Amino acid sequence: MARTIIPFGPQHPVLPEPLHLKLVCEDEIVKEAIPALGYVHRGLEKLAEIRDFNQMIQVVERVCGICSMLHSQCYCQGIEEMMGVEIPERAKYLRTVWSELHRMHSHLLWLGLFADAFGFESLFMQFWRIRERIMDLNEATAGSRVIVSVNVVGGVRQDLTPEQCSWILTEVAQAGKEIKAIQSTMLSDYTVCKRTKGVAALTKEQAYELGAAGPTLRASGVAQDMRQLKYAAFDKIDFEPVVEYDGDCYARGVVRFREALQSIDIIRAAISGMPQGDISVPVKGNPEGEIITRVEQPRGECMYYMKGNGTKFLERVRIRTPTFANVPPLIAFMPGLELADVPVAVLSIDPCISCTER
Amino acid sequence: MLKMTPTVLKNLFSKSSTRMYPFEVREPFPLYRGELFNDIDKCIFCKKCEIKCPSQCITVSKDKEAGTGTWICDPFACVYCSICVDVCPTKSLSMAPNHRKPSATRDMIEQVGKLKVPKKKKAAPKKD
Repeated sequence: MARTIIPFGPQHPVLPEPLHLKLVCEDEIVKEAIPALGYVHRGLEKLAEIRDFNQMIQVVERVCGICSMLHSQCYCQGIEEMMGVEIPERAKYLRTVWSELHRMHSHLLWLGLFADAFGFESLFMQFWRIRERIMDLNEATAGSRVIVSVNVVGGVRQDLTPEQCSWILTEVAQAGKEIKAIQSTMLSDYTVCKRTKGVAALTKEQAYELGAAGPTLRASGVAQDMRQLKYAAFDKIDFEPVVEYDGDCYARGVVRFREALQSIDIIRAAISGMPQGDISVPVKGNPEGEIITRVEQPRGECMYYMKGNGTKFLERVRIRTPTFANVPPLIAFMPGLELADVPVAVLSIDPCISCTER
Repeated sequence: MLKMTPTVLKNLFSKSSTRMYPFEVREPFPLYRGELFNDIDKCIFCKKCEIKCPSQCITVSKDKEAGTGTWICDPFACVYCSICVDVCPTKSLSMAPNHRKPSATRDMIEQVGKLKVPKKKKAAPKKD
C-alpha cells in the first residue's frame, strides 16, 4: 500500500494554535505522525536579560493566556523561595481562588473546543456560555478577563472584599449547576461516546514512561497532581486528584469535566477558610541562587527553573510547560488512528503551542 | 439519545445570552484596566513609571531650561498591567474602566506639564 503524507496544521480549524503534524497515512489509517514545532517562538526566556525580576512577572504571564495566573504564581513562588520571603496566609488563599478560577475557565474552554472538534457545535456553545461567568468574575475582581496580573513578589496586588467573595460563590455555584445540567450530554450522549471512547488510548505504563502530564496522565490512571505538593493554600485545603482509568479521549474529557466541578469545591473551601490580614509583604534585595518550582496548571505540571546572581536581572529562566511533556504521548497514540479521529485525538491533550515554544 | 433536548428547549424559551453589542453595551466593571490616564498637573516627572513599566512604553523627559516636563506613552505597547499606577508617588496616573477606541494610526499620548520639583524642595525646609 502506498503511503501518503498529509499535512495537519499549522492552520487547521480545530487548532487554535499552530501545531504542525505530518501524518504518514496508508489509506485512511495514520501510520506515523511527525511533529514540527517552532511557529510561535517569541524568545520570552531571553527577555530575562533586559527585564528585571519584577518586570518578568508581566512577561511570564504572557507565556500563555489561559494559564497566565499559574505562570506568574509559579514564578513568584520561586523568587520568594529564593529570597526567603514568607507571604501572608491571606495572599496564599487569594492565589488559590484565582488559580482555581483559571483552571475552571480553561477546562470549560477546552470542553467547548473538544465538543467543537467532534462536531457538536451546540454543546460548544453551552460550555462557553458557562465560561463567560468565570471570565466576568476575573474581570470584576482582578481587572482583566484573561491576564489577571494579580501576583507580585511577596503576595498579591488585589484583595477580595466580602461582597466580591459572596458574589464569586453564587456565580460559581450557578456555573456548577449549569455544568451539571449538560453533564448527561457530555458524558453519556451516543454521538459523544461514539467519537471519543476507545480513541487514542494510552495505557498507564505508556503514559508514565512517556512523561505525560496533567489530565492526560490522570486519565490513564496515574494519580499525580502537583497540587499535592501543597503550594499556596493547598496545605489547608483537602482534595483528591481526579483519576480515570481508560486513557482514551473520553477519559481525558471526563477528567477535565470532573476537575472543573472540583475547582468549585476548592474555591468554596478557599473563600470560607480565608483568614484576614495583609495581602503582601515588602520585599527588599535581589534574588540569588537556583530554584525549581512546580505548579499544577490546567494542562498539567509546569516547572520553572530560575537562577539569580544577586543582581536585579535573573541569569536564567527556564520554563517547562505541560504541552511540551504531552507531545511524546501525542506522537505515541497517533499510529493506528483513522484520519477523521486525528483532530479529536490532537485536541485531547489540550495543546498549547504558545506555552511550549514561549 | 435525546440528552441535549431539554437544554435546547430551555434555551429556545429563555432570553438570549448575548447582547446586541454596538447598540447595547454592558456597564464596565469599575476595577477593569482599560485605559491609562495621566493627570499632568499632578505629575512630578520622577520617572518611576518609566523605570518600572514591564513593556517600557512610557518615556519621561525634563527640559530644565524651559521648565517643562514631557510624559509620553505608547498605548499600543502598553500591556495595561497598572504597575505604573501602583508606583506613582503623586497618584497622577490612573486607569479608566473603558476600552480605548480603535485607531488607524499609531499615535503616542504626549503630555507636557510644568516642572514643580524645585519649588517643593524649597518649600519643605522652610516648614521644618
